[in-house]
Amino acid sequence: MISNSKNMFEFRSKGSGAFLMQLLKLDGPLLFLISLISLIGVFVLYSASNESLEVLSRQLLRILIAFTALIITSQLSIDFIRRISPWGFFSGLLLLLLVLFSGDIGQGAQRWLNLGVRFQPSEVMKLAVPMMVAWYLYDKKIPPTGKQMLIIFILILMPSFLIAKQPDLGTSILVFTAGMLVVFLSGIHFRYIIILIFLAFPSSLLLWKFMAEYQKQRVMTLLNPGSDPLGAGYNIIQSKIAIGSGGLFGKGWTNGSQVQLEFLPEKSTDFIFAVIGEEFGLLGLLTILLIYILIIARGLFIASQATDLYSRLLAGSISLTFFVYVFVNAAMVIGLMPIVGVPLPLISYGGTSMVTLMIGFGILMSINSNRKLLST
Amino acid sequence: MSENRYIKDHAHEKSLFMSRIIISSLVGLFFIFVIIIRLVQLQIVEYDFFNQKAQGNRINLKATLPPRGSIFDRNGKVLAENITAFQLEIIPEQVEDLDRSLERLLSLKLIDQSQIKAIKQQIKNSQKFKSIRLRSNLSDQEIAIFAANRATFSGIELQPRLVRNYPQKEFTSHVVGYVGSISKQDQSRLNRSLYDPNEKTGKTGTELFNEITLHGEPGYYQFIANSRGRQIPINPTDINSNILQNKPATAGSNIFLSIDLDLQILATQLLDNRRGSVVAINPNNGEVLALVSSPSFNPNIFNNNLTSNAYDELQKNTNQPLFNRAVLGTYSPGSTIKPILGLAALQLGVVNLTHRRLCKGHYSLPGNTHRYRDWLATGHGSVNLHNAIAQSCDVFFYEISGQIGIDRMHNYLDQFGLGQKTNIELTGERVGLIPSTLWKKTNFSKNEDKTWFPGETVIASIGQGYMLATPLQLANATAALATRGKRFKPTLLSAIEDPLSKIKIKSEPQQLNQIKVDSVTYWEEIISAMHNVMQGSGTAKNVGTGASYKMAGKSGTVQVVSVGQEEEYDQENLDERFQDHALFVAFAPLHNPQIAVAVIVENGNSGSRVAAPIAKRIMDQYLGF
Repeated sequence: MISNSKNMFEFRSKGSGAFLMQLLKLDGPLLFLISLISLIGVFVLYSASNESLEVLSRQLLRILIAFTALIITSQLSIDFIRRISPWGFFSGLLLLLLVLFSGDIGQGAQRWLNLGVRFQPSEVMKLAVPMMVAWYLYDKKIPPTGKQMLIIFILILMPSFLIAKQPDLGTSILVFTAGMLVVFLSGIHFRYIIILIFLAFPSSLLLWKFMAEYQKQRVMTLLNPGSDPLGAGYNIIQSKIAIGSGGLFGKGWTNGSQVQLEFLPEKSTDFIFAVIGEEFGLLGLLTILLIYILIIARGLFIASQATDLYSRLLAGSISLTFFVYVFVNAAMVIGLMPIVGVPLPLISYGGTSMVTLMIGFGILMSINSNRKLLST
Repeated sequence: MSENRYIKDHAHEKSLFMSRIIISSLVGLFFIFVIIIRLVQLQIVEYDFFNQKAQGNRINLKATLPPRGSIFDRNGKVLAENITAFQLEIIPEQVEDLDRSLERLLSLKLIDQSQIKAIKQQIKNSQKFKSIRLRSNLSDQEIAIFAANRATFSGIELQPRLVRNYPQKEFTSHVVGYVGSISKQDQSRLNRSLYDPNEKTGKTGTELFNEITLHGEPGYYQFIANSRGRQIPINPTDINSNILQNKPATAGSNIFLSIDLDLQILATQLLDNRRGSVVAINPNNGEVLALVSSPSFNPNIFNNNLTSNAYDELQKNTNQPLFNRAVLGTYSPGSTIKPILGLAALQLGVVNLTHRRLCKGHYSLPGNTHRYRDWLATGHGSVNLHNAIAQSCDVFFYEISGQIGIDRMHNYLDQFGLGQKTNIELTGERVGLIPSTLWKKTNFSKNEDKTWFPGETVIASIGQGYMLATPLQLANATAALATRGKRFKPTLLSAIEDPLSKIKIKSEPQQLNQIKVDSVTYWEEIISAMHNVMQGSGTAKNVGTGASYKMAGKSGTVQVVSVGQEEEYDQENLDERFQDHALFVAFAPLHNPQIAVAVIVENGNSGSRVAAPIAKRIMDQYLGF
């Protein structure tokens, strides 16, 4: 058919590199963009960590592990991934319950489970929840009926509630969002969306009651950071100074005074966006944002090309969730959102979240190679 | 069947999904747009604001302290200087085991057990990279002890620091004063922008009064600091290095006092640790040549923080070594005011040169039986004004006191500067007191106390009763007698020197009111009577007779407790503290006066026997005899 011959043509023109890609079931553009942003991230982290080689080597090791996870995931067929989705979801739910009763306490919250290696079950749910929702909708007629939607809400809210109780509001919101994005992509009628938005107001009041004192303070700080410049407002004030003083071109790599003189808090993790802003300026941030947009665009393209509902919904959700990560982190660092502890994907220093992200990209690549396999 | 449904819904499913992807993309692009707008606002529009904030974050200011000016005597002898002393300092972040290090310092006797808690508290409260003082002013022996053990300490070092030193110790402490840490009261007085909290400031004497002159102006330097204030080294070729500014400190000026150190030392030695005071003035310009309060103290002890209770001891000492009697001590002037009252009597026409009165050893007011006694119980017989001053006859002055009247007495004593501040360059000077009817009316609350009684005029005429004067005021009044009425403001300041250019600015004598009388002979009559006191037949003739220059003086012996009508003053049986104060004022040479002196020896019993020899020795030395 036409699409087939076109693919054959592309195949020939690209040569042996593309051949290797297809053989390994990898997506060239996506892999290139992910590698590029990871590489930039390493350079930024080197500066943000005050040129610490130890931090650098640990991050490189994490990247290695994460890419390995990506390659392994991409080798799995999407049918297999779909079939194990409920298993993944329910075992994740079980682990969350285990954390609730016996988890290690890290940074004031019960998030870690010690299974030989310490890991956070809530990270698993970032993928397991959209997988579960997509699995549930896979053989249903869309848009889903009201009864189906009720079941979906229960599926999303159970893990979200458990994670919020750890307490880890940031991850809870991200897990909830990942699930809701599948619902949105499944084409639910706009009247439901409007109802949901209206429900958002009373539920946000409920959320406010749920929030810990420090979380409430973060919201209040966002509204008026000057009210407590040495306390809760300090982070936002210093990150705005870092970004603002970067100007158009930035102060140069390893030359940002806010970063190097340690005025900027959590500069290697949640506030690394401000490091880029200070040292590489507006142009640096726009470049980073452009690469993120290209990654998301590629993800959405793969979603649009997917051949079954499960793949489509999951690919769309993974791509849009990735966008939410980028947006929430950037918005919080530039003082548009309260500080919720969401790292900048692929750049921030830290382990579990990078592996989760790479597995997500592995799933995207599996979906993409499945489509090509079908079309040949 | 299911296959069929799948195919049937496939197109619809896909278009529905695509529309959702497009909606998501549009919403996402809108959010990205919001972020970009915000970034443009921060990085382009408000760039200058945030750039300044970042600079303010990293550029710190540190003051460079000015060296304090030195203090010299009139001949350039050092009275106060800055010397390098070693102090023991600790940098907490470099110490391996704080408790052990402190224990070892304790065993080497370099710190005191009582300090340890305070040191630990201070380390806890300050930044770990900042040096904290453990001990200041280490002795040579202590330096040697530490140096021998230095290798075993990390983060503890000897550091040279400037400390104030007073080489003349006790001899000049009341004139020069001393410096100390800035207290709460000091803060309200000082311009705080000019001071570092760890700096020292003048506490008493010249150090306090001339603080602004001595202190100078601090400079500053800017440096790059991290968020905890630690200084970050900067490469001089770095573009950042030229935005850092420096301003050198302006050193404090040197002060030359009018004090003659040799005279000051002699006067201190003559008082021999007895409670008392000596003030010597050059009558021709008001320069204070010696200003001694005894007993005195060694101001250097305040430098050593190990002997902090030395201050408490000085404060508890009943001889009050910290109290500057020369300007803060007020005494009944006694007979030393008789020359002034004699001058007043001549000018007012109450007496003339030949006028005589009979002294029977006591005096009673008309219609009253109360006897006002003369110091000589047998009486002086027939005396004129000259004899009355020379012999210090009390009855003569009792008799004329009513005719002069208290208010006219007040008027003349006032012209000689008694009862008013001399405005010498020392803080806290006392006013003294010259009573008058107005004073009594305004200063007593009960109506019956507001009236001036004739008896009070009687005792005022021999400088007793309410009357009070400081040694400085008495010396100053004597200087005015010496110059025949030409008065100067007494001053301690001779010159101020710029430490860099060495340009000296001499301070000009400040002339005050001229005391006017109708005839020069009045002055000469009074002065010749005072000459008679020391070198004729007067009360202190044993002191002045035989000297190779002419001098004038007047003794005063002042009751500390009143003696009852029928009692006798019995020196042997009176507690030392209740014995009479000995006063003497003098000047010399008679016709070209160069020096005027006031001497007070508390509980010294006799002005002419105890205080007069001191005055004589001071004049001898100053005039070169």
